[in-house]
Amino acid sequence: MYDARGLKDKTAITGIGWTEISRNSGVSVLSLAAEACKTAIDDAGLKMEEIDGIVTHNMSDSVMPQQVATCLGLPQLGYHLEYWGGGPASDQTIINAVMAVACGMAKNVVCFRALNGRSGRRIGGGDERPQATSDSQFLIPYGWTSFLHSCAPWIHRHMVEYGTTERQLGALCVSQRHNATMNERAMLRKPITIEDYLASRWVAWPFRLLDICIEVDGAVALVVSSAERAKSLKHSPVYIMGMALGGGPLPSYYGMNIAAFLRNSHTELFGKYISPSLYRMAGITPKDVDIIEFYDEMSIAPLMQLEDFGFCKKGEGGPFIEEGRTKLDGELPVNTHGGFLSEGYLHGLNHVAEAVSQLRGDAGPRQVKDAEIALTTGVGGEVGSALLLRR
Amino acid sequence: MAEYKKPLPSPDEDTREYWEGCKRHELLMQRCNDCKTFRFPPLPMCPKCNSMKWGWSKVTGRGKIYSWFVVHQPTHPDFVDDVPYTVVIVELDEQKGIRLPSNMVDCGPEDLKVGMPVEVVFDDVTEEFALPKFKVVA
Repeated sequence: MYDARGLKDKTAITGIGWTEISRNSGVSVLSLAAEACKTAIDDAGLKMEEIDGIVTHNMSDSVMPQQVATCLGLPQLGYHLEYWGGGPASDQTIINAVMAVACGMAKNVVCFRALNGRSGRRIGGGDERPQATSDSQFLIPYGWTSFLHSCAPWIHRHMVEYGTTERQLGALCVSQRHNATMNERAMLRKPITIEDYLASRWVAWPFRLLDICIEVDGAVALVVSSAERAKSLKHSPVYIMGMALGGGPLPSYYGMNIAAFLRNSHTELFGKYISPSLYRMAGITPKDVDIIEFYDEMSIAPLMQLEDFGFCKKGEGGPFIEEGRTKLDGELPVNTHGGFLSEGYLHGLNHVAEAVSQLRGDAGPRQVKDAEIALTTGVGGEVGSALLLRR
Repeated sequence: MAEYKKPLPSPDEDTREYWEGCKRHELLMQRCNDCKTFRFPPLPMCPKCNSMKWGWSKVTGRGKIYSWFVVHQPTHPDFVDDVPYTVVIVELDEQKGIRLPSNMVDCGPEDLKVGMPVEVVFDDVTEEFALPKFKVVA
């Protein structure tokens, strides 16, 4: 366990911005990136010349900080970082920005994720013909051809070891869709019932179409500033009180890397390993968290994270959800915007932006009353990242 | 033999001997020369003792079903004609945690059970490659 308590509340998220989320943006990824960054910077009330850092993550599907700095016309680009990765990299971009601001390498850092993930290169399938190289030489010849397939053992083994049911997974999908009906950005806003879920077709048993994130085009951006600077900006600051990243032994990347199969457990994610550092930095316990925006590329991921981040015992994530505790009006609302399952698969920074909206109190009809502390996560299987934010 | 059109492994420095063993219908597992721990997938260093000396041991090819999934909607164009098809994960008897993704040759998902004993068979898909697959132990 490491100790980052010195960084608690030293920085804040001061601006958030989105583009439209769609199936076909009709514009370049650079256009999406520039628009989201400009919106976030304006939202903060910062002048363009005050932005001196840019951090982004991509899966060889996006644009570089330099290109965005050019569009924004920044007089000078200081700290910048382009991190290769999907899920685990989302909250990690914010963590990098926090470290840059806290140690004086930058004053105001804009973090973004931009992709044409639906009309362009899709990662959950499509027309691509991935080659059986590296670790995937042991997967692809057998028809294990997508990162989605890598989530299947999580569900199956959780069912085998803890008796988790499809209705429990379905309850999460239904409640997240309910939240999305109140989110104008969300791609999928038509309410669904548990019957709709159970009638949804199998993509790969044990998961259905409604268990999977919806791939989209779009971009989201956030601005990280010092707590001092945040005091005199447009919105009340949302402080970064805790942050952590990493995982346990044999940390594979969950895409098509099978080092994971050396592991003894398929039913726990990285959260178990990083949550001690996360809660210690923030000086809180899971009981203090009001809302959660969990990375949810597949319905099973929030269920396991409820356990791994200490909200219930191992194996009890299914009943916890089915009892309604994670609904918008429950004791611990999860994915208040609909998550990837309904808002869209922007790879995680959209979850952080939603948490900021909620903590500011401007989430409209889906606002959780008196939300003070939010947890957000980014999942890459055995590694991941997480933030604790407070108003 | 009809032309095989599905993706074939691309052996590299760490995995070549595994696939050469398969071609001879021998299931070889990489094993640390120093601490004797098996590992899969092949790695250039033993995660247990950090030795970079390894050999290949022929294993029995017997194991138990650990998990499986059934693909109904293909995500790779070469598997379009195969759906629904089943991918299994087999844990080898030699060492807990050594798990191979594969396919069954003689049973569908309705017959699979966690812990069910299986053993390796080799599918000579081309002249260059045999894929280790599994059958139910009677």
